[in-house]
Amino acid sequence: MGRLWMLGDNVNTDVIIPGRYNVTTDRAQLAHHCLCEVLPEFAEQVQRGDIVMAGHNFGCGSSREGAPVALLASGIRAVVARSFARIFYRNAINIGLPVLVCGEAVSACAPGQQVEVELESGLITNLSTDQIFRAEPLPPFAARIVAAGGIIEYILREGTLR
Amino acid sequence: MGTLTEEIFSYKLGRPVEQGETVIVEVDQVMSHDTTTPLAIQAFRRLAPLNGGRVFNAQRSHIVFDHIVPAATVAAATLHRDIRAFAREQDIPILQEGICHQVMPERGFVIPGDIIVGADSHTCTYGALGAFATGMGSTDIAVAYATGRTWMRVPETINVRLTGELPRGVYAKDVSLEIVRHLGVDGANYRAIEYSGDTVERFSVSERFTLCNMAIEMGGKAGLVAPDDTTVAWLRGRTERSYPLLAARHPRYERVIEIDVSTLQPLIACPPDVNNLASVEEVEHVQIDQVFLGTCTNGRLDDLAIAADILRGRAISPRTRMVVIPASREVYLEAMRLGYLEIFARAGASVGVPGCGPCIGRHFGVLAPGERALTTMNRNFTGRMGDPGAEIYLGSPATVAASAVEGHITDPRNYL
Repeated sequence: MGRLWMLGDNVNTDVIIPGRYNVTTDRAQLAHHCLCEVLPEFAEQVQRGDIVMAGHNFGCGSSREGAPVALLASGIRAVVARSFARIFYRNAINIGLPVLVCGEAVSACAPGQQVEVELESGLITNLSTDQIFRAEPLPPFAARIVAAGGIIEYILREGTLR
Repeated sequence: MGTLTEEIFSYKLGRPVEQGETVIVEVDQVMSHDTTTPLAIQAFRRLAPLNGGRVFNAQRSHIVFDHIVPAATVAAATLHRDIRAFAREQDIPILQEGICHQVMPERGFVIPGDIIVGADSHTCTYGALGAFATGMGSTDIAVAYATGRTWMRVPETINVRLTGELPRGVYAKDVSLEIVRHLGVDGANYRAIEYSGDTVERFSVSERFTLCNMAIEMGGKAGLVAPDDTTVAWLRGRTERSYPLLAARHPRYERVIEIDVSTLQPLIACPPDVNNLASVEEVEHVQIDQVFLGTCTNGRLDDLAIAADILRGRAISPRTRMVVIPASREVYLEAMRLGYLEIFARAGASVGVPGCGPCIGRHFGVLAPGERALTTMNRNFTGRMGDPGAEIYLGSPATVAASAVEGHITDPRNYL
């Protein structure tokens, strides 16, 4: 359970982690600059367990993996959006950042509310309004990767990419 | 049977493959560059228990330094140093002669029917040669480096059919922007775009690169042009490998968009989004502080030739600055030989080292708050070229060159 941060449509990966800060693999450094140009208070105030909700086409633009890494390293529990750009969606799954599609939730929620996400069931609960939403289930292969904790974990467990 | 994408996957997997299937497939080439390789190395190391820490095939693994080259900061230099150590360890030569999406095809690493994954969103560019090429993140690329395989959901295809002759002053870049008008920034999400029609058949490989390069700006997974004689002629001398000339056969396209290019005019994508389109006439007189000619979209010899024709014997406006960055050493040397670089230098432009240049806001012409740039880039997100208070407009090389002369957005037809 955590605080809800809300973003609009077409939030690109330059917004999530600007190019000039994407010069490191240090997760703390990436988290430090996460969303810095649109939500300057985010890095300082975000707590482990918080949720990001966004509109259409979240994570569009550059393939930079620093974007989902910055969100995950900030403690974000899950990103819920109306839709995701393809490369970001795949990157998020690969590194174990849960990504859920649920336009209904995005329409009904507001910044600062307390929200809980249950990954196995896809249930999103707005504790501030007592509303419950259900996200679209992940495609089967993606679900297996997320269940393993990410693609590296999945491959190590399976012994190969299968 | 099917779309070009289905044909490629069927060819690779040796069985009929249909769109919508999720497959695991061998990749022909894997690429990463100087800003995406560091995270890939980290993930790659974690797979060492499986593969003894060696890349699947050093000849099919490519590391290109292009985003910040030469290194502009200590942080970048340190990343470069560490990537070089990895490359030496794995016997992978580092390519440092231009933008990855220019160098990969020039060096013969792309042939029709190839499946290519690259740690950069504009990897879709290689589809111009009839390959299925798609951008992925560093961890996916690490998996490909380690296993030589990737998992992929075979996408549905949107067919963009271009017919007619380009009017004077209208180029492949303008056509690409017009396509964005039809699809929007996510209209091709999870889809491959297949470009066809008589216009495309007459397009050079360079013009096809421009088209396919921008597939990702509409969310496209890949952008492809079926290989033909033009493709074969371009590849002659670049590769020893043989390749099939695959084509769509009775394809089921999800959507067909038809554009008569003879009706088009020069276009500008206004900030902050590539779908914020205007005709050049609508935004003429917008003052421009910096003009940039280059990038994987429009940094090739034909792009420089168009701009050189406009700038020959002219100077750029005292109100503006110009940066020209040839997309590769090959382009740079030929442009030098043909006198283009001299034309740019005499006009007052700064001519730079082949690479991405100011496209990602690291060096070679970063923007200050309140400044406006007109560029041949594929993307104009807020803050991309430097300060978020700067604005980026996109256009063709002709538009960009004409605008450099006047210091404001200018109709290139006035200079042709």
